[in-house]
Amino acid sequence: MQTGVPRAGDGGLARRLKALACTAPLHDLDARKSRLDWVDAERYQMAEIGLQAIDEVTLAMDFDHGAAQPDVVRRLLPFIGAHAPDAPVEEHERVGRWVIENLINVGSLDRGFAVDYGSVTADGRYVRRRFDFKLLVELAGPDGEVYLRTSDEAINVLVGALDTDVESAQVAAEVKLENLISRGLLGDARLAAEQARYRTVQYAEALRQKLDATRRDVRSVDWLAAVPALLDEALTHIEGRYRAETAILDHIATARDEATEPSRRRQAAELVGVVRDCIQRHTQLQTRLQEAGAVFRAEQDRQQFAGRPRRAAIDVFGQLLRPCLALHVATAVEPTAAFFRAGAGVRVPSVPSLGGLVETLLAPPSDRDPLGEAVPVPELAPAAPDPFGAERWGRVDAALPAAGKAVRLSTLLAQARAADPDLPRLVALRVLHAVGSAVTTARTQGDAELLLAVDDGTVLRDAEYGGADLLVGTAEVL
Amino acid sequence: MTRSVPAVDVESAARLVAHGMRPKALPARDPGYADLVRRYREDDAFADTVQRVASGLGLVVLAVGPASGLVLAAVEDSAFEIRMDEYARRTVLANRQADKVMHGLAHLAVAALAFPRADDLADDTYVGRVSVDQVDGAVREACRALSERVAGTAEADPVSDAPQLEEVWRAWSRRPEATATKDGRAGEATTRGIVGKALRFLAEQGFLVPVGPDGVYRTTPRYQVQVRELAAQRTFDELLALGVLPAAGPDSLAGVAGV
Repeated sequence: MQTGVPRAGDGGLARRLKALACTAPLHDLDARKSRLDWVDAERYQMAEIGLQAIDEVTLAMDFDHGAAQPDVVRRLLPFIGAHAPDAPVEEHERVGRWVIENLINVGSLDRGFAVDYGSVTADGRYVRRRFDFKLLVELAGPDGEVYLRTSDEAINVLVGALDTDVESAQVAAEVKLENLISRGLLGDARLAAEQARYRTVQYAEALRQKLDATRRDVRSVDWLAAVPALLDEALTHIEGRYRAETAILDHIATARDEATEPSRRRQAAELVGVVRDCIQRHTQLQTRLQEAGAVFRAEQDRQQFAGRPRRAAIDVFGQLLRPCLALHVATAVEPTAAFFRAGAGVRVPSVPSLGGLVETLLAPPSDRDPLGEAVPVPELAPAAPDPFGAERWGRVDAALPAAGKAVRLSTLLAQARAADPDLPRLVALRVLHAVGSAVTTARTQGDAELLLAVDDGTVLRDAEYGGADLLVGTAEVL
Repeated sequence: MTRSVPAVDVESAARLVAHGMRPKALPARDPGYADLVRRYREDDAFADTVQRVASGLGLVVLAVGPASGLVLAAVEDSAFEIRMDEYARRTVLANRQADKVMHGLAHLAVAALAFPRADDLADDTYVGRVSVDQVDGAVREACRALSERVAGTAEADPVSDAPQLEEVWRAWSRRPEATATKDGRAGEATTRGIVGKALRFLAEQGFLVPVGPDGVYRTTPRYQVQVRELAAQRTFDELLALGVLPAAGPDSLAGVAGV
């Protein structure tokens, strides 16, 4: 057989290229770190931090939620800190955020990555195709917060089980685990146990998607064959896992007790923790599986099926939306635009008055300096200080009559003049302001008291001020 | 046939059309409007005048009812037509085509989720409920179903040098659903951003009414009429012309599972 000639249907090449592509963003982290001007990035192993970040997000993913970005950064800090212990924590945080943003690929519109690869069609033509993938995905939570989940591609990169089927990878991991334990390779055993946990997370994710879709529209999910098959598969898987993990737990416990080397003992103890967590995850998944049927029945009742349509109408989802999704982008422009034009209603155009329009059009264009007008230098004048000052205001407040009493202006002026020659002016101004005070305004403002001044016809005899000798009193606002 | 219409009737007809142009005006809230609607339904000559006034302006009367009021639609190239270019103005030029399709698709998806079954669209008393969550989720689920159809085949990935030949479902599922922005709002170019824009726009047009604080909207009778009498039909015809749908009446397809 001739080699070097591309063959149709050689999926292996494409699969391996795609697997390789998933690791590219991690390599890029280290390739691009030297361009960062805010950090001496040589000290940080960015790809390691990236893998650790994917790890953290995956472990934080449970059935309903993902990880909030700040939480992930916080959990990464000890790991990042180990790379450069003397650098400030702020720098560690920034490095963590930079790595996560790059794994999301924040700068791009689609927030993902793409790589081209070639494949050969049945008629021997070489066609270049684009493989789109994401590593960390941002999703909106029920509370409106944005949180992170790892994509399937990322889980595959992480666990190193590229292009393998969920089920078979699970079995392999299990066999590997038992082998490792029996051969005493506990460090590897831990890794294998963690791999098993990721697989369970993937099952849970698949189930979550189906249930979400069911809640939206029962008919969109195949509850006749596909979902029962998935549920069966997952239940069988849990059953098997539960038996295997209980056995493994026994094995490790024995290994832990028999181990003489302290590091081996510690590893075994840690592994016990990992396996316990696995068992807990399985139990969680099992609970969800048991509830799945009830969700379906409840949703079916809720989205009850009515009888035949009373008049001919179009099934918008099935007859319009789904076919549009399957069209090419260029072809879909017309149908979607037609729906928009017909479904958006009418707009009332804003029309300027004809006279105004003519004037606007006839006005000569104003020459504009590209730099804009010169900024005028403001003339600054010294601000006049408060002529009275807080202390005098306080003294006048004290001198004004208490609630329920009335005093003549002349008495107030005399008292003030005795204390301070400048004080009478402030007293006079305050009292003048109190003439005709509006009670309603004071009430709406919520004032407790109101200063009132009333002219009863008495003439003021004073050296400085003239006019009526007002009666000044303070009234409570009820 | 010529017949003379009293000038005062023309004025009343124009007033009814003017009411129809106010998206949030309802006969139930305005006795004058309600009277004109009643007259339209009882007086054929008046109905004809209203239709002629509307037609002269470049509008079509879709329906007149006590619940929906006068529902108008703009004819093509009319001054009252809302163009996609104006609606999706803030898009990146390089991505123009895909963005337009996604905005149009969001409107289609809102209608699809507001009236999940053909009966719902036909039933005048039906009130649909939609939210960003629901719409984006359902479109994504539909995209996933389409992707499963090609999974494992050579067609699983799009051809790289012909972006216009990429299927719409790929573009939608590739776009992130939400992005964390500095001010905590959903990113505008995300699918949730696009759907949210559609919902807010439809609410402004009097087609949806927000209910509750969780971003849930309910449909108005106007929206049902607009979708049923015009938008769905036009799109159906477009798809028919493209040969995407089998050339049969919508009725014959309604009961077929999976269509």
